[in-house]
Amino acid sequence: MENNNNIPIDDLTEEFVVNIGPQHPSTHGVLRLQATLDGETIKDLLPVLGYIHRGIEKMTESLGYKQSIYLTSRMDYLSAHINNQACSLAIEKGMQIEVPERAKAIRIIMAELQRLTSHELWWGSCAMDLGAVTPFFLAFRDRERILDIFEGNTGNRLTMNYITPGGVMFDVLPNFASSIKELLVKVKEHLKEYEELITGNVIFQHRLKGVGILPRELAISMGCTGPVARASGISCDVRKYHPYDGYDKLDFKEIVIDGCDSWARYKVRMEEMKQSIHIIEQLIHNIPEGEFRAKVKGVIKLPVGEYYQRVETARGELGVYIVSDGGNKPYRMKFRAASFSNLGALKPITVGAKIGDLMASMATIDLVIPDIDR
Amino acid sequence: MKSLFQYLKEVFLGFYSLWTGLKLTLYYFTHPRKEIITEQYPENRTTTINIPERFAGEVILPHDENNKHKCTACTLCEMACPNGSIKIISVQEESEDGKKKRVLDKWIYNLGMCTFCGQCIDACPQDAIIMKNSFELSVYNRNDLVKTLNKPGSKLKEKE
Repeated sequence: MENNNNIPIDDLTEEFVVNIGPQHPSTHGVLRLQATLDGETIKDLLPVLGYIHRGIEKMTESLGYKQSIYLTSRMDYLSAHINNQACSLAIEKGMQIEVPERAKAIRIIMAELQRLTSHELWWGSCAMDLGAVTPFFLAFRDRERILDIFEGNTGNRLTMNYITPGGVMFDVLPNFASSIKELLVKVKEHLKEYEELITGNVIFQHRLKGVGILPRELAISMGCTGPVARASGISCDVRKYHPYDGYDKLDFKEIVIDGCDSWARYKVRMEEMKQSIHIIEQLIHNIPEGEFRAKVKGVIKLPVGEYYQRVETARGELGVYIVSDGGNKPYRMKFRAASFSNLGALKPITVGAKIGDLMASMATIDLVIPDIDR
Repeated sequence: MKSLFQYLKEVFLGFYSLWTGLKLTLYYFTHPRKEIITEQYPENRTTTINIPERFAGEVILPHDENNKHKCTACTLCEMACPNGSIKIISVQEESEDGKKKRVLDKWIYNLGMCTFCGQCIDACPQDAIIMKNSFELSVYNRNDLVKTLNKPGSKLKEKE
């Protein structure tokens, strides 16, 4: 009988390709990751896209400017308000109209509430990816309350189409300020519970600390933005560097942590939730009175030219680039989505690591698949 | 000796953090009535369900008691709709003093193609159409999704 002990261990192993997704419970969507494994070690990782490609950029060329906005809610569906805002701001730049102060305040409140819902959902799903189910249900409590406010004021829960060129669709309800004040008290209480339940947990920390290290140089060369880049020590908050809709008048901190690992990415998002609450608190006590929408023509026509607007979504920088030929439809509309660039960092940070850590890295990068494919 | 101490410390910390987390879970386990957001749908559909007034549901063309609506068949809603779910069919009608006038014949709404974005409501200069906050819109036959919103024999409401 042959004795295997004499053969070197490298010759015994064999590379094996595992398809993670497109329908996998821990990938949040239809992203397929083709992982080449050697035992438990990842040798190569290939993200395969295209399962939810809808051609949104091409669709905008046959729709008008106003009609294109509803499509942007369907890109990064967890930052629908912020996407609408980005598209509206780009169109407003072309039309050169001034947005009323009241509309600006409502826009920022809505955008920050949206960031809060997005990070809360991420917190729940991140913990669920690592094996804890309870946080998912706890996170949905607050999210549900915020979505109720969205539903009452904008008419929709997920794909709002509320922010339009010139302002917002309708004025907020009279009880808007009081309901948000009530909500923020609860959210602050619950944030403490989140810290208690997950942040302090040693098992959770061990799963994240030192896992998925994304060095500063790599993050820059991959074009990472948002919490992913800020956890690698890059200061890149669009709200600070290219303020829009009056973010320059508000007092908030940009969270930059020089940890580079999954744990730093976790910490950045937890701190950002507190900053979002801080921003809303500054505005909610005195929303300016007046018009909520500037007068805009029924059919929008932009002058010939190129317009670019960037905003900070919950996942990073969203850029809207419009080329106009003077007609009532855009010649080209390009979206620079944050998740697409952040996905690029997934391969370099996971190759060489164990497959169990792949989920931790993916969870903290916080991918939204429709944002990648568009 | 030092490493052993470190190891034991970590074990102790692990149990402590586990306890703080489980304490919260136990608290909610023993206080099941606290902060329930779960809706008992469909049991509550006639009682406690709360659908906001602004909820973007089905588009309707309200008629008053004299079977009159406000639609002037200007087709702005048709142009504003991103999915082509609205079709307005109008006819030329001659009034008594010989003036030709465009009158609404059929206001066709394809619910199956509607994404409830509210652009048509926004575009309407007469406020003739509104979004009802109904949400149970499923039907058995696909053809039932194509609706004619103006009632038979309905007329345009004259301005006071």
